[in-house]
Amino acid sequence: GGMVKVLVPVKRVVDFNVKVRIRADGSGVDLANVKMSMNPFDEIALEEAVRLREAGVANEVVAVSCGLMNCQDTLRAAMAIGADRAILVETDVELQPLAVAKLLKAVALKELPQLIILGKQAIDDDANQTGQMLAAMLGWPQATFASKLVPGQTHVTVTREVDGGLETLEVSLPAVVTTDLRLNEPRYATLPNIMKAKKKPLDTIAASSLGVDISPRLKTVAVADPAKRAGGVMVADVGELVAKLRNEAKVL
Amino acid sequence: MTILVIAEHDNSIVKQATLSVVGAAKKIGGEIHVAVVGASCAAAAEVAAKIAGVATVKLIDAPYYKDQTVENLAVCLAQLAGRYSHVLLPATSFGKNLGPRLAALLDVAQVSDITGIVSADTFVRPIYAGNVMATVQSSDPVKVITIRTAAFDAASATGGNATVDTAPLGPDLGVSRLVGRDIAVLARPELSGARVVISGGRALGSHENFHALLEPLADKLGAAIGASRAAVDAGFAPNDYQVGQTGKAVAPDLYIAIGISGAIQHLAGMKDSKVIVAINKDPDAAIFQVADYGLVGDLFEIVPQLTTALG
Ligand SMILES: Cc1cc2nc3c(=O)[nH]c(=O)nc-3n(C[C@H](O)[C@H](O)[C@H](O)COP(=O)(O)OP(=O)(O)OC[C@H]3O[C@@H](n4cnc5c(N)ncnc54)[C@H](O)[C@@H]3O)c2cc1C
Ligand SMILES: Nc1ncnc2c1ncn2[C@@H]1O[C@H](COP(=O)(O)O)[C@@H](O)[C@H]1O
Repeated sequence: GGMVKVLVPVKRVVDFNVKVRIRADGSGVDLANVKMSMNPFDEIALEEAVRLREAGVANEVVAVSCGLMNCQDTLRAAMAIGADRAILVETDVELQPLAVAKLLKAVALKELPQLIILGKQAIDDDANQTGQMLAAMLGWPQATFASKLVPGQTHVTVTREVDGGLETLEVSLPAVVTTDLRLNEPRYATLPNIMKAKKKPLDTIAASSLGVDISPRLKTVAVADPAKRAGGVMVADVGELVAKLRNEAKVL
Repeated sequence: MTILVIAEHDNSIVKQATLSVVGAAKKIGGEIHVAVVGASCAAAAEVAAKIAGVATVKLIDAPYYKDQTVENLAVCLAQLAGRYSHVLLPATSFGKNLGPRLAALLDVAQVSDITGIVSADTFVRPIYAGNVMATVQSSDPVKVITIRTAAFDAASATGGNATVDTAPLGPDLGVSRLVGRDIAVLARPELSGARVVISGGRALGSHENFHALLEPLADKLGAAIGASRAAVDAGFAPNDYQVGQTGKAVAPDLYIAIGISGAIQHLAGMKDSKVIVAINKDPDAAIFQVADYGLVGDLFEIVPQLTTALG
């Protein structure tokens, strides 16, 4: 009994340490020579899936990424952390969450996982949508922003980070879970595991073969720098700070 | 053009965030309806009917909406929402959970966490932790949008006189069960709507320090308390105190960052505050680059002095 397979969608994104800039001509975000990594929330998702396998609850962890050929790097990294195999859904179409969810649904209908664990949010588009959309399309329950996951035979019990505190839900399987920061601390890939990952199976399927409409619904008409803040001043002590807040900023 | 606002409520009270969403709906323009889905939630519907600018409240009331499980909410709202030009939710944990599920059932995109409205189909939203502002245009017949509440003026809670209509129920899917909620009763203003926010970082060192230093200062200022991710991860503060890219976005009149370095992920949630004060012992800390007033020094000395100085 128990769950058989866990699917973990992973996205290749600009590394969280990079402060991106807009191209000089304003035509978009400059991603040339920028360090790329696995979306941090997806590392947490993967860690949780691998722990379920290590605990004997799951017997297979499959990582899947949608996008350009170079998402293979992200999938190899996922297998180095512990995914058993990986699937690249390849396309050069600009993918938005609705389209990713449609592709992932098609993959889920082939793979028939009992649990899909995604990140709550990709740190490039900051959309926070894909898991919820995927759950809707599959007609499965969802437990988003998870900080604790306890597997059961027919359901998972998930503690969620919500406004005001925590909420615990019991959702029936199959289900979609999205991760929040406190779910676990992801491990680092070891060198031997990086070597092993090179031999694990990575299948590539063309997005066009899945028969879903992935055309973008949103058009980015402009990108701009955020409003710059006027330069501030340093104050010498608490007395000066309070005086400025009272008399200059007038916020006290 | 008719806009549907999905109310966030607890069956009797409509949350403050919903007022900001109605504020955003007014900026888009058109008739405004508010959906209230719950159990014995007629009281909440009455509260919604008084919000200035609301024409109609759609009441969907059944015992199985008591815990507002998202699967049940999305499927009944999808029956209603197809007739609207826009569906608006707050970018709170409630709206972030529900909005995309509803959008997918309608087969439309969601525009997440908007901070500006250019026209009825074009919106501004931060991406890359707020380092880029994107203007996006939607081609979908129904535009599902979550609203960054701190970026919009709230509609008045009174002055409206909407009619309350009953809308059809959806099925009880029975796939999700609430086991429990551990929600703190706040003695302070709610973080996203507070006029003053003081936030503590890793430098506070412990749960005891965090509260012993920040609570008295917050009391003096009538402030909400926030935290950096590092402070939350370390267990100094509850998870919903986290301000930032992946926590809450705030824009108070006064934000005081105490022992916070100013990582881009933190700045994403607070750099639209009107006045920013930073207290940090490192003169090169990035937080000083966004601060209006910076004070270099040891927070363990400065914070008590500040609390005393505020009389
Ligand atoms: C996917 C992802 C999402 C994230 N989301 C968020 C988010 O939403 N919000 C968020 O805040 N972070 C977020 N982070 C984390 C972020 O990158 C930083 O790690 C975090 O903000 C650092 O917290 P901090 O400033 O408290 O700690 P630190 O960076 O360690 O800074 C502590 C500061 O305290 C100062 N200090 C030390 N002692 C004293 C003293 N006695 N007196 C005065 N000052 C002192 C130090 O000079 C230092 O500047 C995220 C990271 C990732 C990868
Ligand atoms: N192109 C993609 N390939 C695989 N997974 C993705 C992709 N885009 C988003 N996801 C998953 O969806 C989550 C949320 O992304 P988003 O809705 O874009 O914020 C991510 O953390 C991933 O788990």
